[in-house]
Amino acid sequence: MLARSLRLAAVAAVAAFILPGAARAQMEAPDALVKNVTLEVVSIIQKDIKDGDRRRIVTLIEDKVLPHFNFTAMTSSAVGRNWDKATMEQKSRLTDEFKTLLVRTYASSLAAYNDQKFDFRPLRAKPTDTDVTVNVRVLQSGSQPVQIDYDMEKRANGWKVWDVRVAGISLVANYRTEFDNLIRESGVDGLIKALQNKNRSLDKPAAAVPATGAKK
Amino acid sequence: MKRWTRWLRVLLPMLLLLGAAGCATTTSNDPRDPAEGFNRSMHAFNDAFDEAIGKPIATGYRNVVPSPARTWVRNFFANIADLWIGANNLLQGKPLDAITDWARFGFNTTIGLFGINDVASEMGIEKHDEDFGQTLGRWGAGDGAYLVWPFLGSSTVRDTIGLIPDLFIGDPVVRHDPSGVRWAMIVLRATSKRADLLDASRILEEAALDKYVFQRDAYLQRRRNLIYDGNPPRAELPQPRAEEPAAAADKYVTEREAYLQRRRSLIHDGHPPRPASLDAAIRLFEELAQPHPGNVSVGSGG
Repeated sequence: MLARSLRLAAVAAVAAFILPGAARAQMEAPDALVKNVTLEVVSIIQKDIKDGDRRRIVTLIEDKVLPHFNFTAMTSSAVGRNWDKATMEQKSRLTDEFKTLLVRTYASSLAAYNDQKFDFRPLRAKPTDTDVTVNVRVLQSGSQPVQIDYDMEKRANGWKVWDVRVAGISLVANYRTEFDNLIRESGVDGLIKALQNKNRSLDKPAAAVPATGAKK
Repeated sequence: MKRWTRWLRVLLPMLLLLGAAGCATTTSNDPRDPAEGFNRSMHAFNDAFDEAIGKPIATGYRNVVPSPARTWVRNFFANIADLWIGANNLLQGKPLDAITDWARFGFNTTIGLFGINDVASEMGIEKHDEDFGQTLGRWGAGDGAYLVWPFLGSSTVRDTIGLIPDLFIGDPVVRHDPSGVRWAMIVLRATSKRADLLDASRILEEAALDKYVFQRDAYLQRRRNLIYDGNPPRAELPQPRAEEPAAAADKYVTEREAYLQRRRSLIHDGHPPRPASLDAAIRLFEELAQPHPGNVSVGSGG
């Protein structure tokens, strides 16, 4: 249940944020942003990356999706109250490693995308709001639609995602206990090291995995 | 019945052994998870079982059975489940949802050919996800302690209690009579479910630093979301650990937290959704003796 939600979430999240920022000068409404990007990403995946090639998906995410996420906010929120104890350098390394981990996860999710349909919900917010939640639902026959919520904040350079909730599971909140445990056991550097090891361990299988029949 | 006892005789000592092994390595004292040592050993057992049997069978199923047939299987079991889902919606005071669940069953069983086609979803009648654990939650029961059961996986005290009516009243498959057919259906259903989760479980492995913790927190968040039908009250951020003195933090933060907590408590008339813990489990039993449906205060969702 969780895993499928995660997968769908990742798909949607990736899909949602592929907009070439340079092309659109004025600020796009958050729900329109999510919708356009989702549809664009999905069509790219369906047309161009059919083999589920991880490397290409990672590049795609880095180019198109990352600009729409506020990773510093995500990381500080996941680290929680220990964030203030970290030095500037530790903060930037934490953010980098966490970003890498999330990008990998997204890439895996996209590789598993299987023609699910999206239902874009109307945005319930006032035009003056600067903090909104955009709802998307992923439809699949024989199961309850999976709800995906993007918590977004209006910044000078556009709307930025600071949390993604899939079927009610907040990505940021879900890392909080893990991060907390690691920091308590071995400090901020311990957490950085754990994230580095995780990312490094993903490097090897990621290269070998695509053929294992994950795509079907 | 005899078969059950035979199973039990094999399983029980195994579980006790595992449990004992687990208790030695209890770790981080999370108030929601007082049985962490036991749970971790169950989690390890489930993982090993899945690695050895569950995953290979599910992978084979996915590679051999063509996608449309797998959809039929998924839909067939999902359709059977809609009856009990409707009953739970009724128990939760949502008669309209219950009617749509039963309408789904009606359409899918007839036009959808015994449920193998989910025509109701195509008609826009959406599927719901309900079970008796959620009904208890809706009636006001807290999570209770987090628990991991062999084969069944993540649960809580409340959801474990809910599982009893789910299995013995709500699930026609486990009561189906020729036992050969029954077991075939149980295995097929489990295989279908596991196969649907193959990608997801791989992603979980990749995403989690500590899979046990990741899975637990996701389960608890997910259940909460289900109980509130997708609109849980905000402020679901886990509280900072109690053992750390908050005094060290700056006054602004302390004041903010106090204010937010107080407001939340007021909004819920003194009964904010409580964090899972053993005493919540005790309260659960009290509430079971004296159910008060309809007393659910759904806060302003996101």
